[in-house]
Amino acid sequence: MNDNSVKGVAIDDASILAIYRRTLLRRAAIVVGLGLLCVATFVLDLATGPSTLTPAQVLSGLFSPESLTAPQRAIVWQVRLPYALMAVLVGAALSLAGAEMQTILNNPLASPFTLGVSSAASFGAALAIVMGVSLPFVPTDWMVPLNAFLCAFGSVLLLQLMTRRRGAGMETVVLLGIALVFAFNALVAFVQFVSSQEALQQLVFWSMGSVSRATWSHVTALAAVMVLVVPFSLHAAGRLTSLRLGEDRARSFGVDVSRLRFLALLRVSLLAATSVAFVGTIGFIGLVGPHVARLLLGEDHRFLLPASLLCGALIMSLASLASKTLVPGVLMPVGIVTAMVGVPMFLFLIFRRPERT
Amino acid sequence: MADAVLQVRGLSAGYRDRKVIQDLSLPAFEAGNVYSLVGPNGAGKSTLMRALAGLQPASGSVTLAGCELIGRSLSEHAKEITYMPQTLPQGVALSVLESVISALHASPIGDVGLSRHSLEQRAVAVLKRVGIIHLALDSLGQLSGGQRQLVSLAQSLVREPRVLLLDEPISALDLQHQLRVMKMVHALSRERGMISLVVLHDLQAAARWSDGIVMMSRGQLIASGTPGVAITPQTLAQVYGVRARIEHCSQGMLQILVDDVLPTAEETTA
Repeated sequence: MNDNSVKGVAIDDASILAIYRRTLLRRAAIVVGLGLLCVATFVLDLATGPSTLTPAQVLSGLFSPESLTAPQRAIVWQVRLPYALMAVLVGAALSLAGAEMQTILNNPLASPFTLGVSSAASFGAALAIVMGVSLPFVPTDWMVPLNAFLCAFGSVLLLQLMTRRRGAGMETVVLLGIALVFAFNALVAFVQFVSSQEALQQLVFWSMGSVSRATWSHVTALAAVMVLVVPFSLHAAGRLTSLRLGEDRARSFGVDVSRLRFLALLRVSLLAATSVAFVGTIGFIGLVGPHVARLLLGEDHRFLLPASLLCGALIMSLASLASKTLVPGVLMPVGIVTAMVGVPMFLFLIFRRPERT
Repeated sequence: MADAVLQVRGLSAGYRDRKVIQDLSLPAFEAGNVYSLVGPNGAGKSTLMRALAGLQPASGSVTLAGCELIGRSLSEHAKEITYMPQTLPQGVALSVLESVISALHASPIGDVGLSRHSLEQRAVAVLKRVGIIHLALDSLGQLSGGQRQLVSLAQSLVREPRVLLLDEPISALDLQHQLRVMKMVHALSRERGMISLVVLHDLQAAARWSDGIVMMSRGQLIASGTPGVAITPQTLAQVYGVRARIEHCSQGMLQILVDDVLPTAEETTA
């Protein structure tokens, strides 16, 4: 083959760069498109619900609350809006966490759920619900999320310790994560076994994952974590991309890989622990959001990270919408629905041949 | 450029309880030259390369143009030295061009302040030089082993290091590409005044393309100098345990003819 041809077509440097730039533009367009889709599903999610409010009423109520009666206002502002926002935020956080995890552990199966972070959170929540532990200065409705957060954060710290141990490969870290899943699941089962009927019911509902516990303070807390973490993620994008070329490769390009891993796992633990603490176990998003994004636009992390975030938000928002509409009049826990919505989307992308990036 | 010398003195590196190389001193590596690092498996060649690249903790002294490199950070190492490892990951969803550009973006290179545009042009120029411009838009995941090796070489060259460390760069290449790569490394070293240190198992290629040979065994320096000086029947017997002849072909090039395996010590006593 001639050195200056691409797939048999004669081509010069300028046109190779032109094609490359067009690829970048197309990716930017995909990210923007995903963002717009998110906004659309978010609005649809807001407008949907068991009450008799019409979508038009909901939307006008957002911009001029005085146009609604007091109970209607309560539905829009205390139920619909925090739930819909929570869905978007949790999807975004878990999926971004999954994307970073998959890259730093060099494993496509890594996600907050598969590596035990969600199980640890469930265990923390189970302790709080069943034992009714309380801490001074902490409001009681924050005890369950706080305990879930602490356990989830602790589990990531364990993974963190493992990556710092000399000679431990990333496979070891992944195996440890899987061991954590089983360990915490067993502990949760034990707590369920000894708990009262009432606590058990609460616990089962918690572990199904639902946005219906969302309050404005929860939404604000998760949004604050996102605002804190996302800029650092995006800042690390170039280094994360070079890590995909191999650990020694990245290090010889001057990337301090252990520091990169440490900080990425820190971000992952904040994102995953906070989300799981507020909504319970939602398994599918953190694994599949990044894969959908990767299939759409490759592994340049400048695009992969924002796209993963948006894919997660989109799937979760769609799931929230589906959880209200699948069984009319019943609000299903969204954790049950995420896989039902995400799997077809995922399969579609796998079987449609992916873009040759 | 006579002063841009890489000097290794008293270098030790390896595992905490077992040093693979201990107190190793090497003759100076001079700018513009290609050096081949040869020796049997487990001789400590890769350990030496990784220690020089700053990828592995080491003690002793490694100086480049008089500046001590041991103890410097990875990003400072990366401004001067690039290391191309033996193994490369598979199934990465990046294009060849993207991977080369990301090698430029990973950390600051010597001549900072280049615009994005000129960095991209530099990446294209390197792909052309390595002869894989036709693969520029292909995904890394679709390449053969040999093609991946060429891409990896392009990723190293694009940073325009002062010292280029290549760990078995031609092991997966066909005859033509082996020749092309060694020829290119040779030419680039001369053009840029770059020091190239190449781990090779192919002694014939080492003899043909190197200005100097470093022959190692069990972490020790056995022989060094021009190919004719370092590669002799005696050193080959000592390092590889083979009986070999060194002859010159009609064009005057060194030919290594290996006749047999020498009996090991146990076999002799038995």
